[in-house]
Amino acid sequence: MQNIPLTWWLSVATALFSLGLYGALSRKNAIAILMGLELMLNAVNINLVAFNRYITPQNVTGQVFAVFVIAIAAAEAAVALAIIIAAYRQRGTVNVDDLDSMKF
Amino acid sequence: MAAIEIPPLNFAALLPLLIVVFTGLAVLILDLFIADKRSLGWISLIGVLLAGVAGSMQQGLAGFNPAFQSVAIVDGYAHFFNLIFVVAAALSILVALGYLGRVGLQKGEYYVLLLFSTAGMMVMAAATDLMVVFLGLETMSIALYIMAALDRKRQTSGEAGVKYFLMGSFSSAFFLYGVALVYGATGSTNVNTIGQVLSGGGQGPLALLGLGLMLIGFAFKVAAVPFQWWTPDVYHGAPTAVTTFMSVGAKAAGFAAMIRVLMVSFSPAFTLNWQPALVVLAVLTMTLGNIAALAQKDVKRMLAYSSIAHAGYIFVGVAAGTAEGVSAALFYLMVYAFMNTGAFAVVGALEKKNHIGTKLSEYAGLHGRSPWLAAAMAVFLFSLTGFPPLAGFWGKLYLFRAAVNANLTWLAVVAVINSGVAVYYYFGVIVQMYMKPAEDGQAAFPGINIATKLALTVAAAATVLIGLAPGSIIAMAISGIFG
Amino acid sequence: MPVDYLPILILILVAAAFAVIALVVPFYLGPRNPTKVKSDTYESGKLPYGDARRQVPVHYYMVAMLFMMFDIEVVFLYPWAVIFRQLKVFGLLEMGVFIAILLTGYIYIWKKGALEWN
Repeated sequence: MQNIPLTWWLSVATALFSLGLYGALSRKNAIAILMGLELMLNAVNINLVAFNRYITPQNVTGQVFAVFVIAIAAAEAAVALAIIIAAYRQRGTVNVDDLDSMKF
Repeated sequence: MAAIEIPPLNFAALLPLLIVVFTGLAVLILDLFIADKRSLGWISLIGVLLAGVAGSMQQGLAGFNPAFQSVAIVDGYAHFFNLIFVVAAALSILVALGYLGRVGLQKGEYYVLLLFSTAGMMVMAAATDLMVVFLGLETMSIALYIMAALDRKRQTSGEAGVKYFLMGSFSSAFFLYGVALVYGATGSTNVNTIGQVLSGGGQGPLALLGLGLMLIGFAFKVAAVPFQWWTPDVYHGAPTAVTTFMSVGAKAAGFAAMIRVLMVSFSPAFTLNWQPALVVLAVLTMTLGNIAALAQKDVKRMLAYSSIAHAGYIFVGVAAGTAEGVSAALFYLMVYAFMNTGAFAVVGALEKKNHIGTKLSEYAGLHGRSPWLAAAMAVFLFSLTGFPPLAGFWGKLYLFRAAVNANLTWLAVVAVINSGVAVYYYFGVIVQMYMKPAEDGQAAFPGINIATKLALTVAAAATVLIGLAPGSIIAMAISGIFG
Repeated sequence: MPVDYLPILILILVAAAFAVIALVVPFYLGPRNPTKVKSDTYESGKLPYGDARRQVPVHYYMVAMLFMMFDIEVVFLYPWAVIFRQLKVFGLLEMGVFIAILLTGYIYIWKKGALEWN
C-alpha cells in the first residue's frame, strides 16, 4: 500500500469532496443536499487516514479523528432527518426553494 | 503485552464544563418526571451560574492545566469566554422562562439543549487541539439546529432549522477539510505544535489552503459577509428565546476558537496571509450588515442584521492581529452578550403567539404602554449604537483604537462611518417607542414575567455599569490573552 | 517555492480529469445491448413487486434513526475492547462513563415513547 503515492489518496478525497459539494449546491431536495454533505465529510475522512499513514505513522491522531468524524456525521444525519421531517409536516415539501416564507 | 501508561487527565481543569454537562443530563432525566417545566429552567440556571463560579474560583490556582494530554486548557482566555457563555446562557434561560410559556412552547428540551450547546461552546474556547475544536463546534451547532426548529407548530421555525442545519454542516465540512490539510502539512492537530512547525517554515501552501478553508468555516459560524445569508432567516424564524442565545453564544464561541487558532497556530508565520482576509471580511460584514438593517420593517429581523454588523466590528479588532486587538474583541463580546440578549429579551417580551408583535410599527407608543420596557430597550439600543457612557461605547472605542494602533486607521474610519449608519435604524425603534402614538388595539399590554424582568434588569444594569466603570472588565480581558 | 505547489496543481488536474473521464469514457466505451433480463431490478432473479416509491410507515424511520445513533457509538467500543486488558480498571471506568451518558439518552427516548410501535 505504501507504494501508492500520497497524492493519489488526496486526489480521490478531493474528487469525492467536489462531488459532495456539487451535490449540496445543485440539489433542491433537502435530503439530497444532506447526502452531498455526508459525502464531503467522508472525503475528509480519507484525507485524515491517508495523512495519518504517510505523515505520522508513529501515532494514530488522524485515525482517531476519523472515528470522531464518523460519529458526528451520524449525529448530524439523525438530527437533520428529524428537522427535515418536522419541516415536511409543516409545509408538505422538502424542496429548499419552497422554504421562503420569511422573504421580506 | 505491556500495560499502557495512563496519562493524567485532569478532570478538575474542566470543572465548569463538567458541571454544565451533568446539569444537562440531570435536566434531561428530570424532564421525564417533572410536569412543571419552569422548575427545570431554574435548575438549569443554577447549574450554569455554578459553572461560572467554579471557573472563577479556579483562576489563579496553579498546576491544574492543561487537561487531557494538552488538548484543552482553561486559561484566562478560556475562562473569559466561559463567563460570556454563562452570561448568554443564564440570560437566555430567564428570557425563556417567560417567553416559552407565553407562546405555548414550555418544553424541558429547550433547557437541555441550551446546556449541551453551552458545553460545546466551552469546549471550543478551551480547545488547544483542532480535533477538539471540531467536537465543540459540532456539539454546540447540533444542539442549536434542534433549538431553531423547536416550535413544531410554526412553519418559520422548521424552516429556520432546515436552513441553519444545511448551512451549518456545509461550513463544518469546509472547516474539517481545512483541519485535515493543516494536519497533513504539519503532522499535528495541536494548535501549539502547528504554530511551532509553521514558524519553522515547513509546508507552506498546504497549510495556507487549510487556513483558508478553516476561515470559511469560522466565518459561517460568526455570520460574516459573504457567508451570512442564512442569518436573517434563522434568527427571524427561530423562537426568540433561541435567537437570544444563539446570536451571542454561537458568535462568541466562533470567535473564541478562531482567535486562538489564528493567534497561536498561524502567527507569526502566516499573519500576513490572514490579516488582509480578515480586513476584507470586517469591511464587508460591517457595511452590508448595516445597510441591510436599514431596510428592515421587523425589529427581530433588524436585530439579526445588526448582529451581522457587530460581528464586523469584532473582526476589526481581530484583524489588528495584536494583543490589544484581541483583548478589545474579548471585551466587546462580553458587552455584546449583555446588550444583545437584553434587546432580544425585549423583543421576546413583546412577542405574542405566531410571531405577532415583532414589527417595527407594533413598537409604536411603547413608552405609554410599558415605560420600563421602553426604557430598557432604549438603553440596549443606545449601547448597541455606541453612545457614551454606555458599555457599547467603550467596546467600540477599544476596538477602533486597536485598529489605529495596528496601522489600520482607514479600517477604523470605515467602522466609525458604519456606526453612524447604524444610528439611523436603532433610532427608528426609539422614535417609534417614544414619539409615535400606539396603534389601535395595542393598548392592552400583558404583564411581564418575573424572570424576564430579572433578565432585563441584569442586562440593563450591566450595560450601564460596565459603561460607567469599564476598567475591571477590560483588565480581565487583557489578562485573558494567552501566553 | 513554486515547486511546492506542484502537488496541489496535480491534485486539481487529477480531480478535474477524473470528473471528465468518468462521464465521457463510459459513454463511448460502454457496450449497450440491454435485454429484458439485464434490465431487471435484481440480476439474482428476485422478482420485484410494487413500486419502489411505495410509502413506508414513518415508524421505520424512527427505529432506523435510533439504531444508527447507537450503532455508530460502537466504533468507540471496538478500539477499547482491543486493548481492554492493558487499560485495566481505568479503561473500564472511562467506558462506564461513556455508556452511562448513552444510557441517559436511552432512558429519555424510552420514556418519551419513541420505542412504542403505535
